[in-house]
Amino acid sequence: MKKRHALSTRLWHWINAAALIVLFMSGLNISNAHRYLYWGDYGYDPADAWTAVMRFPAWATLPGYYDLAAARDWHSLAAWVFALALLAIWVAMLVNRHFACDVMTAPGEWKTSALKQAFLDHLRGKFAGHGSKYNPLQKITYGLVFGVLLPMMVVTGLAISPGIEPAAPWLIDGLGGRQSARSLHFLFAWALFAFFVVHIVMVLLSKPLRQVWGMIAGGQEDHVDE
Amino acid sequence: MSDIKRRTLLAGFAAFGAGACTEIGQTDTAGDLFDTAEDWHRLAHRALAGRQRLAPEYAPEDRSPDVKGNGSITVETEEYRQALSEGFASWRLAVTGLVAQPLSLSLEELRALPQRTQITRHDCVEGWSAIAEWKGPQLSALLDQAKIRPEANFIVFRCADTLYGEPYYESVDLVDAYHEQTIIAHELNGAPLPEKNGAPLRMRIERQLGYKHAKYLTAIEAVASFDDIGKGKGGFWEDEYDYQWYAGI
Repeated sequence: MKKRHALSTRLWHWINAAALIVLFMSGLNISNAHRYLYWGDYGYDPADAWTAVMRFPAWATLPGYYDLAAARDWHSLAAWVFALALLAIWVAMLVNRHFACDVMTAPGEWKTSALKQAFLDHLRGKFAGHGSKYNPLQKITYGLVFGVLLPMMVVTGLAISPGIEPAAPWLIDGLGGRQSARSLHFLFAWALFAFFVVHIVMVLLSKPLRQVWGMIAGGQEDHVDE
Repeated sequence: MSDIKRRTLLAGFAAFGAGACTEIGQTDTAGDLFDTAEDWHRLAHRALAGRQRLAPEYAPEDRSPDVKGNGSITVETEEYRQALSEGFASWRLAVTGLVAQPLSLSLEELRALPQRTQITRHDCVEGWSAIAEWKGPQLSALLDQAKIRPEANFIVFRCADTLYGEPYYESVDLVDAYHEQTIIAHELNGAPLPEKNGAPLRMRIERQLGYKHAKYLTAIEAVASFDDIGKGKGGFWEDEYDYQWYAGI
């Protein structure tokens, strides 16, 4: 019987989860070095900041005390794992047609009625798609995560690096300047955190042990009795 | 499970994971991995940007109102106070180490060299940025004049200031030393370099973060390796706080 999750999906899922946790927690440590976010190319004066973010507590940061150098070590190491794994899963998803078959939406799935149905199903605790692996809301969410949030973490991260800018000045310009890129890096990170929370809640609400084991061992395709 | 309990548990998990990672981060193996990652970033940047691609330069109206003074913002020595009050008339910049023709230059002599003026962005490791116009001779001109020897691999910048009781210094490899935008700045926005920004001389290493841009510059030293300088890691922040030697990220 066909596995519900391909080996490439499962490997990537856990490698990516580990890399994202390291990146997020070391990122919070780095954020504590200068808690102000700006738009445009420059910004150093808290009076010009569009927001001052909280000082993140030690238990939420990596390492578990303020250390900019160690946090940057973790961040720069995990960035390689995260970016290369993202490239690999995109190649795998396109080759094994996981993206085309399971994630890409059909035009009908964008109809208000279909989205409303999926939303109501969610409220009733029914998460299975009709005749396919994922329901429209899941497809749109996964599409956003794979197509926008994850790649934008890499893109905005590269844009903040002064060593990348000479090679790709258009990248920084396109994002509205270095401080804008830094702000976006922060915002996309929190958007991913929001996805993470919803993702965990959904797993907990839908046979959590089976879901987690499925992502480890592969699980089996659902029978669609319709 | 109550909400409070669940949150405590989650925080506990996070803290446990972070605690384990904090420990792992201090091992030699982790240190090697971090160094390898840093090398890969440097090699990737160099492969993408080549040796001589320029950092962006801005128009005068793009400048920020000021450039924040950070790290050392003054030098607490009698000699420096004296030099400052005299407008640095007797300040000398030495070019030493692995060179055939050691130099000792006054500010006047530095100003007589061909000058490069550039409006560039200063990115601090903390995350903030400022944009300003910097002016000074290119480091490459000084290294050529001093006839740098082939066994030199790095350029060390010696400074008048101390930070947390240790002398400040920094270093770059010859790729960045010979980069077109690597200048010894004596002017900021058309005026002599202010005290908080490193008067009378500071480095501009435009493709790296601010802590590489040594201030209160007294000497430029060509070396084969920096193993015997300071604590051997190539700079003040590297020695004292394990900052990354390559600061292009």
